[in-house]
Amino acid sequence: MLNPDSVGRTFKGAETITVSQSQIDSFASVLGETQTDIAPPTFSIRITLNQMQKILSDSDVNLDWSRLVHGDQRFEINRPIKAGDSFTCSSTIESYRVAAGNEIVTVRGDLFSGNELVVSTWSTLVVRA
Amino acid sequence: MVDFGGARMIEVGTVLPERVFEIDRELLVAYANASEDQNPIHQNEEFALSVGLPNVIAHGMLTMALVGKYVTDWAGGSASVKEFGARFVKPVIVPANQKVDLTVSATVVEINGNLISLTITATSAGVKVLGMTKMVVIK
Repeated sequence: MLNPDSVGRTFKGAETITVSQSQIDSFASVLGETQTDIAPPTFSIRITLNQMQKILSDSDVNLDWSRLVHGDQRFEINRPIKAGDSFTCSSTIESYRVAAGNEIVTVRGDLFSGNELVVSTWSTLVVRA
Repeated sequence: MVDFGGARMIEVGTVLPERVFEIDRELLVAYANASEDQNPIHQNEEFALSVGLPNVIAHGMLTMALVGKYVTDWAGGSASVKEFGARFVKPVIVPANQKVDLTVSATVVEINGNLISLTITATSAGVKVLGMTKMVVIK
């Protein structure tokens, strides 16, 4: 079970993640997208979900990532991501509830390039009972 | 109503032409590699069955990414998307050696200056797979 004290907290990711052209190319290729000067709109998920997994699996938060399914997803995109962008990701546990034994947690992930907020994502994650 | 050089008019209620994407196991592996989401429920049938799923299922985010491709092709490229949200209501089930459909359509629900809001429907094998799917684009 998720540590209830973690709800409302923001966890700043320690890593800086730099986007490469080959990452954009391979993501675009799967979608049949030929525009590769910028990333497809959902590209940021590969950064934010990995960062959320690191934070939420931490013993201090204690979400069971192995039983997790994705409930919903939302993006607010201030500008497109391009190769060479370097991001830090801060993750905020915005809400948490238990329904029929399932844990339902909504996590906001903000991708910053320096002080610029480039993309905000909201992922509702469900740990199945 | 927005007039784009007289070529076509977009107004509230405009329906975008339906499009069908094909999804197979090969695409799931490609998406797993591109997204670094290697959860075995998207690749390993034995594992998927063992956790109570009907078969291998597509990544919800692959479904969403294809919907994004559908709308950005219409709106004029990846930079057009300002907001995008969806609920994963049912999985896209992907049996071995088969191509399954992801059938997508969209309707313009609001126009505010150059911002266009769309609601989107997405089905696979006749089953609605995404709910509450909305996108705001600049066109």
